[in-house]
Amino acid sequence: MAKGVRPRVKVPKTADAGDTITIKTLISHKMESGQRKDSDGNVIPRSIINNFVVTFNGETVIDVVMEPAISTNPYFEFEAKVPESGEFKFVWHDDDGSVYEETKKIEAA
Amino acid sequence: MKIKALTAIAALLVAPALAVADPDDDNLVINGEIEMTTKAPVPEHMSDTVVDELMSGWHFRSDETQALQMDDFDNPGMVFVDIGMEQWNAEEGSEGKSCATCHEGPESMEGVRATYPKWNDASEEVRTIAMQVNDCRENRMGAEPYKYSGGEMANIEALIALQSRGMPVDVKIDGPAEATWAWGKQLYYTRTGQLELSCANCHEDNYGNMIRADHLSQGQVNGFPVYRLKNAKLNTVHGRFKGCVRDTRAETYAPGSPEFVALELYVASRGNGLSVEGPSVRN
Amino acid sequence: MDFTRRETMAIGAAAGLAAVLPMPALASATDDLINEFTGGADVAEGGVELDAPEIAENGNTVPIEVSAEGAEAIMVLAAGNPTPPVATFKFGPLAGAHRAKTRIRLAGTQDVVAVAKMADGSFAKTSKTVKVTIGGCGG
Repeated sequence: MAKGVRPRVKVPKTADAGDTITIKTLISHKMESGQRKDSDGNVIPRSIINNFVVTFNGETVIDVVMEPAISTNPYFEFEAKVPESGEFKFVWHDDDGSVYEETKKIEAA
Repeated sequence: MKIKALTAIAALLVAPALAVADPDDDNLVINGEIEMTTKAPVPEHMSDTVVDELMSGWHFRSDETQALQMDDFDNPGMVFVDIGMEQWNAEEGSEGKSCATCHEGPESMEGVRATYPKWNDASEEVRTIAMQVNDCRENRMGAEPYKYSGGEMANIEALIALQSRGMPVDVKIDGPAEATWAWGKQLYYTRTGQLELSCANCHEDNYGNMIRADHLSQGQVNGFPVYRLKNAKLNTVHGRFKGCVRDTRAETYAPGSPEFVALELYVASRGNGLSVEGPSVRN
Repeated sequence: MDFTRRETMAIGAAAGLAAVLPMPALASATDDLINEFTGGADVAEGGVELDAPEIAENGNTVPIEVSAEGAEAIMVLAAGNPTPPVATFKFGPLAGAHRAKTRIRLAGTQDVVAVAKMADGSFAKTSKTVKVTIGGCGG
């Protein structure tokens, strides 16, 4: 489990049913690219978040395959449809097998 | 040796201007509601310098970088405020206390960042926020002090700075703090290192110019701790001072050293009037 | 300050080199990746938008935005990076728009390429040159 990994997600609390909202997500993660060397000259092995999936009430909103070229503290902004009230689930998959999750509820009028 | 140093400086300063070379006139409003004062009149103690207006480092950055600070969900430094909040609430040390035990919510820190570094009567010295945090940790919590310019300290500093965000920097330079301030001023104007540069050479004499592809700012600290795109993490004042001094190819002082404390007081006073921006976003 | 001719040339060369650091485009690696994504199909130019700064203030964190109406997926490549793949965005049924923003690492001045796979099976691509500079005193 990589240390100090925290997600930070912005989802509005309410929306009209059928609306499209903007979601911003950030997660604190080093995203060690596998290109760096340590002070002894050894390559520091790659250790990144390689996948980010967002679902709403179980249906996929966006699925991102992530490579080492994504910056440290990966940030994504995208849009989602809100057909009804429910819950957004944000899942980040780490190279080391860890899974980080965050959920946000939204009320649709 | 001397000629080579001058050549190096000239080479750095003669670089072609890439983008807009002048600091811009944009307005910094955070989250669409918090208006920040990013330009201010020169304080009295600087009236004999060539600086004609105080400007936050925000103005010297590209549009894309500026945008990152305008929304708390775009600002990568804010996730470290969240982590700082966890640290604030964590019970540590022999006394089983957390910051919250005595200080309750972080809102109790309102105004702190705006007036530090500050003279402390009990210990008879100028204290920075980091010194104050570690004093509490060691003597009141019975906990290990944070590394002075490490990640955990930066997180707590970001949380504390946020409570004063928007307030004008207002550090006292008279009274018992004056001797420390004067020492800091002397350090600011003293040339050091193989490149024989003082802080003033770049940040007072040449702000607004390009140093290779970097847009030189006034070297203000109102935005600290700062999330730098360059190392993708929060940086503290002393961490940055150490880097700057090392860049002049000088033997650098240690974070937490009396020299850097004095320098921090002086540099902070050069920003009196600008809004506290921490955590800010810079190159 | 008087400079000798040697010093003046050194200054000019240093300034010129220091301003922009070009990277050779790994054209074949990038083309291979595009072919893999498209299965060798034709790729139209345009129909996908790529927003990236002309000059990146720092190559470590470069904000970009990609969008393509009606796209199922968009793949982003950095042609001059040691490994070109950057990200592949797949849009699900609840995607509100076929666009996404993120921040990427660019090793030097290079082309950033976006390839979109449309719902009708066709492909479109666009690219943008981003200049990546070396700071002066970043420390």
